[in-house]
Amino acid sequence: MESLKQRIKKFNADTRMGNERQRIIRWLMGFVLSLFRLALIVGISYVILGPIIGIAFNSFFSNEDAYSPAIYLIPQSPTLERYSLMLTVTQYWKVLRNMLFYISSLSLIQIVVCSMVGYGFARFQFPLKKILFACVILVIVLPAHSVILPLYVTFRNFDPLGILSLITGGNPPNMLTTLFPMYMLTIFGVGLRSGLYIYIFNQFFRGLPKEIEEAAFVDGAGTFYTYLRVMVPNAMPPIITVLIFSLVWQYNDVFYANVFQISGDWALSKKLNTLGNTLSGSYRIIDPNISSLYVYAGIIMMILPMIIIYIFLQRRFIEGVERSGIVG
Amino acid sequence: MTGVVKKRRGMTLSQRRAVTGLLFISPFVLGFLLFYVRSLWMVGQFAFSETTTEGLGYTTRFIGLENFRYAFTGHPRFTQILTESLINMVVDVPLIIFFSLFIAIVLNQKFRGRTVARAIFFLPALLNAPAIVQALDLVRAMMIGGSSPAPSAVVDSVSGAGGGSAGILYYIDLLGDIALPETVLEYIVGAVSRINTVITMSGVQIIIFLAALQSISPSLYEVAKIEGATTYETFWKITFPMVSPLLVTNMVYTVLDSFVNSRVLQEVYDTMFGEQNYSVGAAFSLISMISVCGILGIASYAVSKLVYYDN
Repeated sequence: MESLKQRIKKFNADTRMGNERQRIIRWLMGFVLSLFRLALIVGISYVILGPIIGIAFNSFFSNEDAYSPAIYLIPQSPTLERYSLMLTVTQYWKVLRNMLFYISSLSLIQIVVCSMVGYGFARFQFPLKKILFACVILVIVLPAHSVILPLYVTFRNFDPLGILSLITGGNPPNMLTTLFPMYMLTIFGVGLRSGLYIYIFNQFFRGLPKEIEEAAFVDGAGTFYTYLRVMVPNAMPPIITVLIFSLVWQYNDVFYANVFQISGDWALSKKLNTLGNTLSGSYRIIDPNISSLYVYAGIIMMILPMIIIYIFLQRRFIEGVERSGIVG
Repeated sequence: MTGVVKKRRGMTLSQRRAVTGLLFISPFVLGFLLFYVRSLWMVGQFAFSETTTEGLGYTTRFIGLENFRYAFTGHPRFTQILTESLINMVVDVPLIIFFSLFIAIVLNQKFRGRTVARAIFFLPALLNAPAIVQALDLVRAMMIGGSSPAPSAVVDSVSGAGGGSAGILYYIDLLGDIALPETVLEYIVGAVSRINTVITMSGVQIIIFLAALQSISPSLYEVAKIEGATTYETFWKITFPMVSPLLVTNMVYTVLDSFVNSRVLQEVYDTMFGEQNYSVGAAFSLISMISVCGILGIASYAVSKLVYYDN
């Protein structure tokens, strides 16, 4: 009976076993690496998902659960009261419907305008093209904060070239609190992160082969017809990418909504920001322990629609980013 | 012959194409002139003058550099907030870039459940509404051990979410006992306590790096393998050069992202819309804008030294 040590020594010294040895070593290395990878991914996923799960469970806590030190994550007497109150406080269904209409129309305009501009930059030669494209980069690089004050002032006294005050004969109209400023900015391709979308579309169209356009041209299609019937159907990856980005960022936007004083009826994110005050003001829920439970319910209600959209479009979205040519 | 010339309507094909192209980009050009050029001009005007608001209107009076002098010497917080935000940015950006590159490489490997992993890693980019971010940060800080000034009320109510008694700070204290140089220790501590920020701010960057990794032709790796390159060499000779053009993109994105969420822009916003002080607000925004552009310029120059362009 030789000892284990000797057997290993023998195994190592045996040249005929060389391949076998290497195979084992490689398998071991691979195993350790994949363990390491698993730990890393699970750990980071925990950091990302942990709070969301915590919030989700906490939103079902009843008042007693909130004060009981023995309760961890799973409530003893779960209640839907947080949600039922939040549904009325935020007028959830109404605001959600308004908002879906508002943000999807904005996203649609973003896609139409930015794809046209991107196509224009990708396929045509015209004077000052380089400088104009530098302007796109400038729009991406300059944060909206740097131009927001003049925009605010402009839309508060909306009077382009003095035409409106001539017609109405009085003070120029105040466009704040309406959705008009956002639509204006988006139509003119300088809305929320429009520069980025123009860039994405430009990169994608530049990567498409010229031959398909030439074929359409030879067959007698006009430029616009070619764009609409040949280029756009081919541009699904960037369209999905821009659609998701645009929906999500618009949905989460508080900055523009605050500056243009867009009413909470159109911006769930804005309602969420003032939820604590609303609760203590109108509903006399002053206890921070309890009111935070209501806020959690509100957060879950706000992120749920987005998560659902994301789950449906997720696979196509990540493929879309990969193929939309952000990478060039 | 003259008939043919007339049919051309005075424009060559390339001129006609140029006009069509300009038509395609005209919304952007108009928008840029109307909303950006004009706005930047107005910001300049505000910053160099004293503004008095009356009702819905305002009047300006030119006062030169007074507002800028006030920003640096008169205002109680601005200089401090500005330097703090810029330093945060300079520390965060390299961490985020390296982290997202590393994660992208990990996620690019073939293993079961990687679609799920990718979806999860991108999630923070979807949940970036301020209220959500605040709430999530609060809960997360408590999970990790409470280095943040969370109100005790919320701490109690969500201690369910995993509040451990031995937080991260305890382990950091342990590190102090090893005789590491002070500065190294500080950076490690800083990096560790920033791990949340880093993870939540890397969503978009990870996706971009992943896309770049996917676009590398497998034949390059095959060649390297045949030539007997080690994994280490393969990374530095193939992977890194091929994704390096995206370093600049990601860096610009990261700098802007962390700038938009920084305290200095909050200050600008409060001054402009809270105190209705247009001039000082405009001066603040110009100063912060110029400093960020400076950082971007220096950083892009530095990074572009590393970039390999494939043409």
